[in-house]
Amino acid sequence: MEAAPPPEHRLLGGSIPYVEGPLKVAGRAEYTDDLKRPGMLVGKLLRAPWPHAKLLRIDVSKARAMPGVYSVLTGDRYPIPFGVLPITKDETAIAVDRARYIGDIIAAVAAQDELTAERALAAIDVQVEQLPEYTDPRMGRTRVEAPIHEKGLNHSNIQKEVVQHFGDVDEAFRTAAATVRVRASFAGVTHAFTEPQCTIAEATPDGRLTIWSSTQVPHYLHRSLSEVLGLPMHRIRVIKPEVGGGFGGKSDPLPHEIACAALALETGRPVKILFDRDDVFYTNHGRHPTFNDVRIAADADGHLLGYDIEAVIEGGAWSSFGTVTTYYNGVMAMGPYRLPNFRYKGQRVFTNRPPSGAMRAHGGTNIRYSVEVGLDELAEQLKIDPFDLRVRNALPPNSTTINEFRITSTSFLKCLSAVRARSGWADKWGRLPYGQGVGLGCGFYISGSNSPIHFTPKMPQCTVHLKADMDGGITVHCMQADIGQGSNTLLAAIVAEVVGVALDRVHVSAVDSDITPVDIGSYSSRVTFMMGNAARRAAEGLRDRLLDATHQLTGYPRDALQVRFERYEVDHRPDVGVSYMDALHQAMQGTGALQSTGSYTSPPVGGTFKGARAGTAPAYSFAAYVAQVAVDAETGVYAVEKVWAAFDCGRPLNRLAVEGQIHGSIHMGLGQLMGESMDYRGPRLMNPSLLDYKILMPHQMPEVECLLVGDDDPEGPFGAKEAGEGPLVATLPAVANALYDAVGVRFYDLPITPDRVLKGIDRRQADGRAWKGH
Amino acid sequence: MTAQTVLRVQINGHPVEVPAPAERILLDLLREDLNLTGTKRGCDLGTCGCCTVLIDGRPTLSCLTLAAMADGRAVTTVEGVSAGPTLHPVQKAFVEHGATQCGFCTPGFVMTAVALLREHPHASREQVMDAISGNLCRCTGYTKIIEAILAARPGSSH
Repeated sequence: MEAAPPPEHRLLGGSIPYVEGPLKVAGRAEYTDDLKRPGMLVGKLLRAPWPHAKLLRIDVSKARAMPGVYSVLTGDRYPIPFGVLPITKDETAIAVDRARYIGDIIAAVAAQDELTAERALAAIDVQVEQLPEYTDPRMGRTRVEAPIHEKGLNHSNIQKEVVQHFGDVDEAFRTAAATVRVRASFAGVTHAFTEPQCTIAEATPDGRLTIWSSTQVPHYLHRSLSEVLGLPMHRIRVIKPEVGGGFGGKSDPLPHEIACAALALETGRPVKILFDRDDVFYTNHGRHPTFNDVRIAADADGHLLGYDIEAVIEGGAWSSFGTVTTYYNGVMAMGPYRLPNFRYKGQRVFTNRPPSGAMRAHGGTNIRYSVEVGLDELAEQLKIDPFDLRVRNALPPNSTTINEFRITSTSFLKCLSAVRARSGWADKWGRLPYGQGVGLGCGFYISGSNSPIHFTPKMPQCTVHLKADMDGGITVHCMQADIGQGSNTLLAAIVAEVVGVALDRVHVSAVDSDITPVDIGSYSSRVTFMMGNAARRAAEGLRDRLLDATHQLTGYPRDALQVRFERYEVDHRPDVGVSYMDALHQAMQGTGALQSTGSYTSPPVGGTFKGARAGTAPAYSFAAYVAQVAVDAETGVYAVEKVWAAFDCGRPLNRLAVEGQIHGSIHMGLGQLMGESMDYRGPRLMNPSLLDYKILMPHQMPEVECLLVGDDDPEGPFGAKEAGEGPLVATLPAVANALYDAVGVRFYDLPITPDRVLKGIDRRQADGRAWKGH
Repeated sequence: MTAQTVLRVQINGHPVEVPAPAERILLDLLREDLNLTGTKRGCDLGTCGCCTVLIDGRPTLSCLTLAAMADGRAVTTVEGVSAGPTLHPVQKAFVEHGATQCGFCTPGFVMTAVALLREHPHASREQVMDAISGNLCRCTGYTKIIEAILAARPGSSH
């Protein structure tokens, strides 16, 4: 027996390599497309070439008659609508009556091989009547001739409108010493995960359907399959193989998943649908193209008096998470500052373009940009250092925002002071030569949405089952989806830590709906906080039974026992103890394998007004970033040289994973800021490939210094909060504010491409303005 | 349908004879015909690098390569990098340094890195960045991938 390490936090708080890492580096991790089933057919989808069209007649007779074609499906066979939000189910497996964007699925084929399937698609004859196309969300807000969905507000294309007012914003602006206004536009961006979506479905003669799919939220897929196909949930089995990235893009149940299952039911054969890369782009569900208009009022000392925000966000063809997004584009402005007055009007508008949805730092990224750039302008106007402005306004711990968010832990002030010192702000801001600059951006984000989308009263939001058997192994059964963020590793480490065993005894068996208890999956940065707590409780239950067994074996009272590494000992008597295996076998007498359950339900928080649930969370992460840039004023080309990222995720439980999330978030945030854009010509997506939709290359990544300064959260597992999405939001404004410090130009249209930088510099010079405003 | 020819290829050190039509793409030959699914299909267009394999030691995008072009040559896939259950130093470093998150791009990066370090055992950071510029990763921001490859150089401490 090796020397016993301290019982608490032996693994947690350190750097824990991913438990499935060896499989991934050896090419042995199994993604959906790596799986084959006997007799498997190839499924292919016919996508609409029209942006908006009534489907008059779809003639599939030629396709059906082709040798090797097993099924040709159109929308009328499974027309029941579904969607991730129960209140806005408007997607169908295959378009019914109408195609709403270029890329909409209008038929599905199952055939013996890919070539046959493609020939069958080509043989489908579709007659349509084209309808007016709508591609500008700002123009779809009044009555239109042919609304994209029937439920559009007042015969318009508005899917959702949110109006909120807390306090008295007009009065705040009347009494303000300083006001600023930022009007900004944001191109749509997409997740660009490396694994294209893939689904395999198989219907078996026992009346069951099994589906393997690259999904972040197996349970919502499970529900949607049941609703659309008319099968009870207990006859559907959902398995999530390894998933090659999600970032929100695999969190909706998607039409092709249902279509694949439908083909399997029709043919009685397993069917696989694998996306081409352009399928991935057309399916999108990425960040909403956005126009926002943010007015900020403050007193002479820089204390914030109010925000007045309007946002128009482009939904594309479907609702998806859009109702949530519409709220988030307002309420994600609420932190990390104290704000006495707040008004928001948000509209999400359908267009004949690929659907928008949830993407990392969902709903928070674009509004955060405008607010943080506005605060930089406010600081300049009031001649206050941007850091001081934020310090003066920081939300205190254990406070309530004006819209009744419950704030418990916040180390935002620690983030500010750490990043101010480490970045050398005092020597750099306003002091670097022309073309170089530093900027500050801040943020906060939810650590798990307090309200599960599908809420069943009195059922917990997540449940973890543990099984410990005579071999000494512990299996963790849970339905969160590890999509690369390291959640399997974290849950294994929590269980190992609490029970006091080696990490390799613990195996996470996640996401097979026949085995794992229901959970609502990996989105809203909920897994560490919520399932971490559930896993901790399950592990504590198991540990207690092992301590009971130790008491039986040693005769020492239960409260005199403590957990050591692979051993349970008597306090102050390290010579008296029982090994984990002996305790386990004692505990198993008469019962067999030990089982333990842990669950988590978020606390009742938030207000009672309409929309009060949006943005409520059991805890929030906080961030303060400084970016340093170097601009070539002759070409407009700029480099982000370094980002100092101070982040409050409470206690970081796996530093390797937290740093990885920060690096990846900065990569994604910088991509949106510097160049990523879903480029449209009217309704047509012009760049549906990774060649033309450019994510950042290694040379474009800055050096990143992570400053993990969070204090323990009182309710997070071992004090932890989320680190998956919050690290993104501060990135964009930090760089934009650094560009201002470097060349004296504000940028209100994203992405900030070199040509926009150059035009901005030209405009400033034409206006005769100096480059240093502060 | 074009006529099938029989390709003779060394796959991960083993001679293999496999019938393939002339238009067969190497990635399909590996994944579909030989069940070597470690090599990933990310785009089919040569844009992402997920399908990188070595042909006679050189990193090659298998999605843009006709299988026939590997005839008579040696192809190494990620399955051929490690010796049985023992990971290659590059693979080990990827695990230890957190260079793999979702893992889908990882086989491509591993192949690129193995080839680089075989040719330049003491590659600089800049050389590493140049070498991996044909591989996309959406999870890591490349930072830990670069650290891992540098740590896998002979003589580097992990």
